[in-house]
Amino acid sequence: MSTGIGTALERIAVSALALLASAVIFGLLLILYAGVDPFEAYALMYQGAFGSWFSFQNTLTRAAPLILTALCTALPARLGLIIIGNEGALVLGGVAAAAAGVAVAASGPLVTNLAMAAAAMIVGGAWIALAGGLRQYRGVNETISSLLLTYIAIALMNHFVEGPLRDPTSLNKPSTPPIGDANMLGTIGGSDVHWGLAFGIVACLLCYVVQRFTTFGFAMQVIGGNPKTARMMGLNVGRYVLIACAAGGAAAGLAGMVEVAAVHGKANASLAVGYGFTGILVSFLARHHPLAIIPVAILLGGIGASGGLLQRRLDLPDAAVVVLQGIIFVCILASETLYGRSWTWLWRFRAAEGR
Amino acid sequence: MDGSDIGLWGVPLAMLAGAIRVSTPFIFVSLGECLTERSGRINLGLEGTLMMGAMSAYGTALLSGSPWLGVLVAAFVGLLLGALHAGLCQLPKVNDIATGIGLMLFGTGLAFFLGKPYIQPKAPNLGALDLGGWSSIPQVQQALQVNPLFIVGILLAFALAWALKNTRWGLIVRLAGESVDAALAIGASVGRVRLLATAVGGAFAGIGGAFLSLYYPGSWNEGLSSGQGLMAVALVIFARWDPIRCLWASLLFGAAGAISPALQSVGVTQGYYLFSAAPYVLTLALMIATCSPARSLRGAPGELGAVK
Repeated sequence: MSTGIGTALERIAVSALALLASAVIFGLLLILYAGVDPFEAYALMYQGAFGSWFSFQNTLTRAAPLILTALCTALPARLGLIIIGNEGALVLGGVAAAAAGVAVAASGPLVTNLAMAAAAMIVGGAWIALAGGLRQYRGVNETISSLLLTYIAIALMNHFVEGPLRDPTSLNKPSTPPIGDANMLGTIGGSDVHWGLAFGIVACLLCYVVQRFTTFGFAMQVIGGNPKTARMMGLNVGRYVLIACAAGGAAAGLAGMVEVAAVHGKANASLAVGYGFTGILVSFLARHHPLAIIPVAILLGGIGASGGLLQRRLDLPDAAVVVLQGIIFVCILASETLYGRSWTWLWRFRAAEGR
Repeated sequence: MDGSDIGLWGVPLAMLAGAIRVSTPFIFVSLGECLTERSGRINLGLEGTLMMGAMSAYGTALLSGSPWLGVLVAAFVGLLLGALHAGLCQLPKVNDIATGIGLMLFGTGLAFFLGKPYIQPKAPNLGALDLGGWSSIPQVQQALQVNPLFIVGILLAFALAWALKNTRWGLIVRLAGESVDAALAIGASVGRVRLLATAVGGAFAGIGGAFLSLYYPGSWNEGLSSGQGLMAVALVIFARWDPIRCLWASLLFGAAGAISPALQSVGVTQGYYLFSAAPYVLTLALMIATCSPARSLRGAPGELGAVK
């Protein structure tokens, strides 16, 4: 058990170091290029993300789709697959949810929301399972194919929203017909945070329980560790790949449903604002651990939520947030090299403390 | 307009023009990726390099008034990003696929961030050579307006193929990609070879980006590249790591990318977005057709684990 705690400590320490390095690099960029005081920028970011109940609710609202899309990378990663088609599953899930929602809009909010969620999860799941299946049965690199599928998904979304599913009354911004105010997904308690956050947290808990306590989860770990051994043990690797990819895609599809049912009320180009891409980062930052995804998504949701404030107060381009995310991503990946090395140092530190 | 009504012939002609115009960035990025992968490393971050190249070329051309200086700067920026990728991947335990994804997001974000001031102003264009002067049909003349970079790209493909095959330098790159042990046995530093190959590959991708912003479409905005950098990676697999085949495949992709605007130009607007997905569908279809789960691909560098 103590090694378990040690590993967890090592992960937190290395990640914190990587985040600190990202903050320094981004700070230098702010000073050198934009002439902005980085401490002022970070103070504003804290204020915009966690400074008040209002901004924290905004952060949580943004964290909800991030948690769900992160699972799209995290679940297949357990099997050693790197899937980055999260955005595609999200937008198609959103379109499917909107179509289903409009179709059954008259049958009450509960039925409508259930139908929307089911449609979104089926479409999102099938989309990512396609990438997994191509990898498993045709040997097509899943990283490249899933990103290609994202571009195809965005084209399909544009086609449906501007063509077959278009609401003729939406003139400036082509959209599907609204699902109706009565059918919108509500907010939790007295807050402004919608139920999508709860969906995300439940999904993460569920994934954790399955991975940690079931034979299925154990088999996933074996496959991720060594597919050849797994095959020799008689595991049907293809089945696990398809199920993990479908589950991940379903989570990302559900994120699209949440965006439609709780935020926009209809499907349009606003679905493709990058939650899927940030979800990839969330998953890597959380080292694909379902429980770690929740705090990481809240952190990155906060960074996203503070973007507007940075733009207004410091006149920074809106891409500042994207740059920071990119820097964090690269630093986290580079920090992988510290594992195992920093461990002895930490251990000594803890031993000294114990004395 | 005399002789301008050529009806449906406009579609293949527009696709030919598209093949020439749209393919140039594909040629440069795929040749860069080809070189990198032949040395045994994969760089998925070329999409980010493409955007940084486009932004820096546009900015330089705008400030200096010289588009060709912009191309040089773009190549240099690409060189730096390639070297960054190689340097990171050289650290123990760092995954090159994941680092590529990271640099893709980083490069794109940084290009948007630094390029914000260049969205409005108009930078000088690279210009084109008129190779269609012999024809009296304006569409043909237009189709045969060829940018010098396209010709450079063709020459580069043949030069790279020749160099990989016949020079000592090319042999060492291939050796680093085929077998680390063999490369070590002749005393080559695999790390340094891959660093150079990845950096030069990045420089090629940077030039591809310069073409995007300085010739076609010829402006800088955030929607400039939509996956060309990534498609070029897939294209290298399809071309079986052969520079000459990369060239043909790039032309094919350029033609596919031109389907949607070509159909629109003759009045077919139905399903515009579906046709705009044609290059991605084509890429995916070609990957499905060429990959196989049972064996590794013919022509694949032995040390390249990622594409299997």
